[in-house]
Amino acid sequence: MEVNFSPTLTAIRKHGIGRSNLIPILHEIQGEYRYLPEDSLRSVADIMDIPLVDVYGVATFFTSFSLRPKGKHQVTTCMGTACHVRKSGGVLEEAKRFLGVEPGQTTEDMLFSLETVNCLGACAMGPIVVIDGKYHGQVTPAKVKKLLQDVADAERVPEYVEDRVAAVL
Amino acid sequence: MVRLRIDGQSVEAEEGWTILETARYYGVDIPTLCYDEGLSPYSACRLCTVEIISGGRSRLSASCSFPVREGIEVLTDSNKVRRARKVIIELMLASCPNSRTLQCLASRYGVTEIRFKAEDRDCLLCGLCIRMCKEQMQAGAIGFSGRGVDRQVTMPFSMKSESCRECGACLYICPICEMPCGGPMQPGELCNSCLDTVQLQAFPCREE
Amino acid sequence: MSKIESLPSFEQYRKALDSERKKYTATVSVCGGTGCHAHECVNVFDAFESEIVHRGLEDSVELKITGCHGFCEMGPLVVIWPQEIFYKQVSPEDVPRIIEQSLLGGKAVEDLLYQDPSNGGKILREDDIPFYKKQMRILMDMNGKINPRNIDDYIVQGGYTALAKALFELEPEEIIDAVDRAGLRGRGGAGFPTANKWRSCRQAKARDGIKYVLCNADEGDPGAYMDRSLLEGNPHSVIEGMAIGAYAIGANQGYIYVRHEYPLTLENLLTAMDQARELGLLGVNILDSGFDFDIKVSVGGGAFVCGESTALMASIEGRIGEPRVKHIHTAERGLYNRPTNLNNVETWANVPLIINRGVEDYASIGTEKSTGTKIFSLVGKIKNTGLVEVPMGTTLREIIYDIGGGVPDGKTFKAVQTGGPSGGCIPESLLDTPVDFDRLYEVGSMMGSGGMIVMDEDTCMVDIARYFLDFLCDESCGKCVPCREGLKQMQHIIADITEGNASPQQLDLLKELAWTVQETSLCGLGQTAPNPVLSTIRYFEEEYAEHLEEKKCRAGVCKALISFEIDPEACTGCLRCKKSCPVGAVTGEKKQPHTIDQSQCEKCGICLEVCEYEAVIRK
Repeated sequence: MEVNFSPTLTAIRKHGIGRSNLIPILHEIQGEYRYLPEDSLRSVADIMDIPLVDVYGVATFFTSFSLRPKGKHQVTTCMGTACHVRKSGGVLEEAKRFLGVEPGQTTEDMLFSLETVNCLGACAMGPIVVIDGKYHGQVTPAKVKKLLQDVADAERVPEYVEDRVAAVL
Repeated sequence: MVRLRIDGQSVEAEEGWTILETARYYGVDIPTLCYDEGLSPYSACRLCTVEIISGGRSRLSASCSFPVREGIEVLTDSNKVRRARKVIIELMLASCPNSRTLQCLASRYGVTEIRFKAEDRDCLLCGLCIRMCKEQMQAGAIGFSGRGVDRQVTMPFSMKSESCRECGACLYICPICEMPCGGPMQPGELCNSCLDTVQLQAFPCREE
Repeated sequence: MSKIESLPSFEQYRKALDSERKKYTATVSVCGGTGCHAHECVNVFDAFESEIVHRGLEDSVELKITGCHGFCEMGPLVVIWPQEIFYKQVSPEDVPRIIEQSLLGGKAVEDLLYQDPSNGGKILREDDIPFYKKQMRILMDMNGKINPRNIDDYIVQGGYTALAKALFELEPEEIIDAVDRAGLRGRGGAGFPTANKWRSCRQAKARDGIKYVLCNADEGDPGAYMDRSLLEGNPHSVIEGMAIGAYAIGANQGYIYVRHEYPLTLENLLTAMDQARELGLLGVNILDSGFDFDIKVSVGGGAFVCGESTALMASIEGRIGEPRVKHIHTAERGLYNRPTNLNNVETWANVPLIINRGVEDYASIGTEKSTGTKIFSLVGKIKNTGLVEVPMGTTLREIIYDIGGGVPDGKTFKAVQTGGPSGGCIPESLLDTPVDFDRLYEVGSMMGSGGMIVMDEDTCMVDIARYFLDFLCDESCGKCVPCREGLKQMQHIIADITEGNASPQQLDLLKELAWTVQETSLCGLGQTAPNPVLSTIRYFEEEYAEHLEEKKCRAGVCKALISFEIDPEACTGCLRCKKSCPVGAVTGEKKQPHTIDQSQCEKCGICLEVCEYEAVIRK
């Protein structure tokens, strides 16, 4: 994948070269590419004069960063204690089974990334699943299955329509 | 000068010395793994844990980084210390059971079983190689990546680093990835009969 | 906005704001906390905005979106001032009626009022609602009155007068003395006396004269969101507190470390700081006092361990969040090896309060050794989920039952968990424990940052211990052997227990490991990690025994120990469970009783969820 360096340079120019700006700069780069490309990290190390081992260490220590591209749809289940007590564990299990991935991974067709988060601060609505930024509350295993199915259906509309047509004919 | 007591003996130390340095100066043995005199202390293995009594309170702490303080009482072999030390050695063995260094420690300190789920790693994440590469060899080619149980020592992107001069210092300093224990036990089991005779002469026998 | 150049100008500015606002006959405050955001309160706000313009009421009705009001269960919330009418679960469609009836007609919209569950009566005012009645919201009440993105709201309520008083009427030592006599203790978890920290930092020698004050807004405890609501809804209270602290300590630079999972908080904070700078309340020569102070914001990367002070400082410096030993305190050598004072969000917010209310008044709240109030996030199996602020010394029972409304769905209370992953579970027999730092330590838990999770009969306490161990294993930095390897082995044992594969000897091994991890870990994360396990063993030993000896999970949670079956008498053969089963474990024809193939069943419980005839039984 060709990496255009501008987002990296823009981020560094915006925040500054000092080492304390490393984490905000990585957030910006990740915001742009949906992950941290190797070339970007090498540029950051060179331009900011930080040893590459340290940049790599920071990029792999903090879970908000990913070194592999994320999927089109971001599915996040809240694993906070309040949600856990309201049985969010079952919701995560069903999401894992439906998507066929573990938290932190992306489906092969690059459509879904599954993540967990420690607490979203909306405990009254728990258990919570966030799909593409939209919060869904009081989610159960059956509900998350339906939510994900809806997104999957919307993605596969052309084939879905053909399948339906084939089934009818 | 700072005055303190180690195992009942009054000793004097320079301001800024650690308990470990002071103990070694006076010939008191405290086991270590991630410590090396020529490198900065890291306090990660916790094998050098001792009991420190001060102000009427007792606590355990790693001696390699604890600066000496006036009036403290240090116990290097109390029941609490022995208890903690044995579990730490056992935890290390559960991670790297085939390491000769750890097998020796097990024999010396009376660890005769591994009650935990054992793996077969060749790295205890003590960080000696990283500090050696950075501080002594001035290369900084390797570092920690990841976090927690997924922490590893790597070169960035698992690719040969440009700063690596292949000096071999990391291999030299590693206490784990050396020749595995060649004793008569099955791989992953405790030997306990493979005693380092040189060490046995210098220090007291292991407990029964 | 132009810079306020002096103290007299500041007082004039406030007076001008006050008289300008007298034109408003009513204020509509729409709660903009995260919980309400999730319920799309923005649509409610937009509806009010357009309706107010549509009716030409802009000059008499003040509309604002405020910080979190705390009663998250009932959102979106709207409060109408000056009568303080409290409306719950408001939708955009309700807005025209509210304006017609309440703003113009002076009456309440009945169906939007809160209904008292004990007698069915409708309650008009916020303060009369049982949830709020027993609270003492000295910190949180501003949340409902100010728009965090408008500094004028804060100033007109008396904001920054504490800072002015500190700069012009008090010496630094006097401020530390006031905080000392007020008895303020850290609200981040350990409850360390704040004045002692400040004093150490003040006395420390800075090699180049530079010292720092830091605010810990990492709030990693899952289930706790008080700091977020405070910082998001009233950022100036923290900014003002830090400025006062900096003046007392002799620092001119501050940092606020915010977790990156709080984007709204970050935005509000940055806006607040910009506005404070514009007015000259942050920056060089504040109000012509000769005191300089400014703040930088630093963002986290998703690591619970960065709530630990030395890991937090490492993260600010752009390094990994690996804690270091604290034999040399951070008050002497902290951020960039300079004297640093770190306090929690809520601790900082208490500082202006102490100056404004006075030491005696503040110290009269709470208990002798734990003064003031504490904000808790009351969540889990509780009717009134939300943020609760009570004086220290209030009992757990009062919080859970009088304020929280008790456990919903007729279930029985089992335990309340406080202190997050460093804390413990407290059983029913100890519910009359007053909440204060020392009492909670005594019962094997701790105050922590304020997360209070209520659990009922459907919660398995062994599973809770497992949950926290899983969390801590994920979040451990991995540096030291006891924490990294010890917690991992504890995790293996607890997993075995929940799967019915453990022997009683393993329980002893678990306790031995817990002791070792507590005693030998390098930092607070490891040292407190065994607490959830130890406190559940202490108070719920029978549940552990049932898992170990009888292979039974009384709460029906541990999957290996439960099974789902269909009662052939109750089953109508409707096929619902068969269609919903994600692994195809249900067999049976239409109108014939269905059966679950136990070898295929994944125990997800979907069949139980979808059955309308109560034919699915969990054993």
